[in-house]
Amino acid sequence: MSEDVINSAAAPGPVPTVSVVLSQALISLFPGASMRVTVTAATVGEMIDALDARWPGMGDRLRDSQPSVRRHINIFCDGNRTQLATPLREGASVFVLTAVSGG
Amino acid sequence: MVHKVLLLVGTKKGAFIVESDARRAEWSIRGPFCETWPINHVIGDPATGTIYAAGGNEWFGPAVWKSTDLGTTWTHSSAGLKYAEGETPIKAAWSLARAGNVLYAGVEPAGLFRSTDDGQSFEHVSGLRDHPSRSGWVPGAGGMILHSIVPHPTDPQQVWIAISTAGAFYTADGGHSWQPRNRGTRADFMPEDQRYPEFGQCVHSLVMSPGDGEWLYQQNHCGMYRSRDGGQQWESIEAGLPSSFGFPAAVHPRDPRTLFLVPLNGDIAGRFMPEGRTAVYRTRDAGDSWTALREGLPQQNAFFGVLRQALTTDPLSPAGVYFGTNTGQLYASGDEGDSWTCVTATLPPIYSVETLALPA
Repeated sequence: MSEDVINSAAAPGPVPTVSVVLSQALISLFPGASMRVTVTAATVGEMIDALDARWPGMGDRLRDSQPSVRRHINIFCDGNRTQLATPLREGASVFVLTAVSGG
Repeated sequence: MVHKVLLLVGTKKGAFIVESDARRAEWSIRGPFCETWPINHVIGDPATGTIYAAGGNEWFGPAVWKSTDLGTTWTHSSAGLKYAEGETPIKAAWSLARAGNVLYAGVEPAGLFRSTDDGQSFEHVSGLRDHPSRSGWVPGAGGMILHSIVPHPTDPQQVWIAISTAGAFYTADGGHSWQPRNRGTRADFMPEDQRYPEFGQCVHSLVMSPGDGEWLYQQNHCGMYRSRDGGQQWESIEAGLPSSFGFPAAVHPRDPRTLFLVPLNGDIAGRFMPEGRTAVYRTRDAGDSWTALREGLPQQNAFFGVLRQALTTDPLSPAGVYFGTNTGQLYASGDEGDSWTCVTATLPPIYSVETLALPA
């Protein structure tokens, strides 16, 4: 997979640049999507906004209307499961994974 | 002149398309589509050939899928398919209906959405959830779902819907205001003196006969019913059937007095074929009398059920009748139910079956 770079239209001031790894199940829903992508985002919520701007509809697949990260989606950063408001640091690696579920 | 008949099958593990020529004797199967998401309902628009599929995925939430090339490629959208922040999020899209240029989607938790851009985005028909009865809606065993959407054949302002467990509702103003349409249907699960409430009945399937929009039938958790006035009054048609319980109902494409049902053995008796013997029941007189149709169907050890959207007819003459089981078998009749063949016995649990008849 090629690596895309997405520039967030987020808040003024220095915004962290982070590397995001998307699950195969997610990118299968968006033809042309990359498994590895670099975005600028200060929080996990902003990271999802950036992904949605690049691949419209991806936000709905990761975030529900509460709004929260969907129950069976795990977004890890620095080894920890995150929430929408979790801040991202410069250079962080973020993994968007599908949890064990289904039947 | 119909050239091709497609069975549009929603299953626990994706949508399938089962295809035959107009003889309906040999069938081929394509799928699974929709990335193997659980697909609750698949419909086709005979005017355009577009196929729509409603589903919801444990990981990625609800979506309405669409194919404009008979299933070769698909897109998906849930744009606008959401309630206000803080409300319980939508788990899945459950039921679809096309009315003119409007695509309706019923969802869980129960609500109605409308798309006027061919499924690219949706808007909430909020008048239904604003109904004062909503605080009294109670989820059934399958959840709180809006599973039946019945547009009027000519007047786009009129729509009937059904919710488990809230009952049937009707709008005459395009969804701004709604009225319960449950008079005469029972709620056996309520105390004896409260069994005919204004709302709260557990409708399993609501269908409209061809004609002027006045003839409705429903399979309820508690009985089978007909209405000849758009649901203002219902009357029982369960006499002559093996039980009062079942899920689906399907109308004939031309005869308003013909209806097909699949009664199961009972709500707390296992919910499978009565005595393990498969039968579709057909009436030709609007429910006054019933015939059990068994030829070609398993007559022993049939411990499966047929879910609420998994029985349908096609528009050919004689009409085809089709049903899928919750154990993955798909049955077809090309003679209005007189005889049956098993198209396949190896699909995932089948949630819905609809037909799309295409011209040459």
